[in-house]
Amino acid sequence: MEQKQVWPIELELASYAYDEEDETPAVDKVSLQVEKGTFVAVLGHNGSGKSTMAKLMNAIYLPTGGKVLVCGMDTTSEEDIWNIRRHAGMVFQNPDNQIVANVVREDVAFGLENLGVPREEMLPRIDEALEAVRMTEKADAAPHMLSGGQKQRVAIAGVLAMQPDVIIMDEATAMLDPSGRKDVLKTVRRLNRDKGMTVVWITHYMEEAAHADRVVVLDSGRTVMDGTPAQVFSRVEEIKELGLDVPPMAELAMRLRNAGLPLDENILTVADMVKELTNTLCPSKSNI
Amino acid sequence: MLRDITLGQYMPGNTVVHRLDPRTKILLTIVYIAMIFCVSSPVWYVIPLAYLFLCSKLSGITFGQLLKAIKPLRFLLIITFVLNLFFSSGSTVWLEWGILKITKEGLMTAIHFSMRLVFLVAGTSVLTLTTSPIALCDGIEVLLKPLSKIGFPSHELAMMMTIALRFIPTLIEEADKIMKAQMARGADFESGNLFKRAKAMVPLLVPLFVSAFRRAGELAMAMEARCYHGGEGRTRMRVLRFTQNDLYAALVSVAALVLTILCGALIK
Repeated sequence: MEQKQVWPIELELASYAYDEEDETPAVDKVSLQVEKGTFVAVLGHNGSGKSTMAKLMNAIYLPTGGKVLVCGMDTTSEEDIWNIRRHAGMVFQNPDNQIVANVVREDVAFGLENLGVPREEMLPRIDEALEAVRMTEKADAAPHMLSGGQKQRVAIAGVLAMQPDVIIMDEATAMLDPSGRKDVLKTVRRLNRDKGMTVVWITHYMEEAAHADRVVVLDSGRTVMDGTPAQVFSRVEEIKELGLDVPPMAELAMRLRNAGLPLDENILTVADMVKELTNTLCPSKSNI
Repeated sequence: MLRDITLGQYMPGNTVVHRLDPRTKILLTIVYIAMIFCVSSPVWYVIPLAYLFLCSKLSGITFGQLLKAIKPLRFLLIITFVLNLFFSSGSTVWLEWGILKITKEGLMTAIHFSMRLVFLVAGTSVLTLTTSPIALCDGIEVLLKPLSKIGFPSHELAMMMTIALRFIPTLIEEADKIMKAQMARGADFESGNLFKRAKAMVPLLVPLFVSAFRRAGELAMAMEARCYHGGEGRTRMRVLRFTQNDLYAALVSVAALVLTILCGALIK
């Protein structure tokens, strides 16, 4: 009676080694199910295998062991490859190296042109995608005149126009300045919240992972932690041992807890901290 | 400063000539070239001259701008003129000086060939001055499409041109960055003779090439991630459409060509 559930992305003991003789594969028997409509952050320091894992998710790399399923399709099946890539859209790290056309609008059209979508259907989909990332005003601009954050938003629009089930952001903020990073995160967060877009957000920035519904931490190609941001970041010592930073407020909360202040474990942002401190220190004012 | 570079010599505008379909303009440029080669004596350059005058009036491109395109060719022009002047065979000798002699026929040939060169360059630059590089790419792709039946990679060629155009500003920016980085470490790109300066460019070109290859690899991956799999079954967002004006332009150009041929054949 039990029917197998179809996840937007599912890894079953998936492994990937760049070199077959290599004894330590970049991704080592990872199992992961990404639930529909969730924002999953994948964390890890350099060389943890997080980017390799992203590339397994849309058949750029094929697993050397185990299985990767995108919407139920096995990435190793050759006839499904374009379908898989349409369902799992990917935004890469370098904003300059993923924009193909000379005009923003045409770049958004690129994926649709490849899929053979008729022109009449293409135009409204492009406009809708540009609107979703708030780039309608720049539709006729040349890509090299845009800022890094804007270029990434164009890249997101290019993926959105293909109407994917999941967007994989492969360290898409790593090359941006802080304001561009915030901008892109906000855009994707909004898509996730308003349109129910499933997001896999690969990053090494803790602050970004704090915004996710679920955080998966990778180390040497294996999942070492998996849970809500609060669950993961409360394990401050372990995270530090993995060479990762903890969001400053989570660390401060831990120190205050160690010093005897009974603070909650869910503190990740300054706002959380202010609220929690008011609650704990002056309970009478907490309703203000 | 580097971010605002214009590509090629395209002068943006919204005149009748600018709005013509790029395919029409490419084909009519070929008609124009044929017309130049059909001119039989220097007098009849009056027809292409009138044609260019019309183009210039309609497109807002001045003769000065057209002649600018000839400037880099001035040495070639002088050589063409001098060689034809001295080494053409002819019977009406005006001046003789050793093996060099100037004949009436030689002078006529010299003028004829130099004019041909001037008109060719000036006329074809109407195309590049009024058509954006992207439109040119599109036009070339569609015009070459029939050749893909015999295995000519027309789509790939157009895609390569588009990507090249897209990456020129990016690579210029990068070259600028590398140059500044090398200068900050004491590299000197500006002094010394030509040979020395060319040698100074090596530390600029090597990193630029390395990064261009890396970019190419990443771009290929990004294109495949967005389902690019060649020209087969691909639709286009931009479509080219012929208008009434394209017909008029074609009629005028063909008429000019016929007139040139007739003048050459009938009136000697």
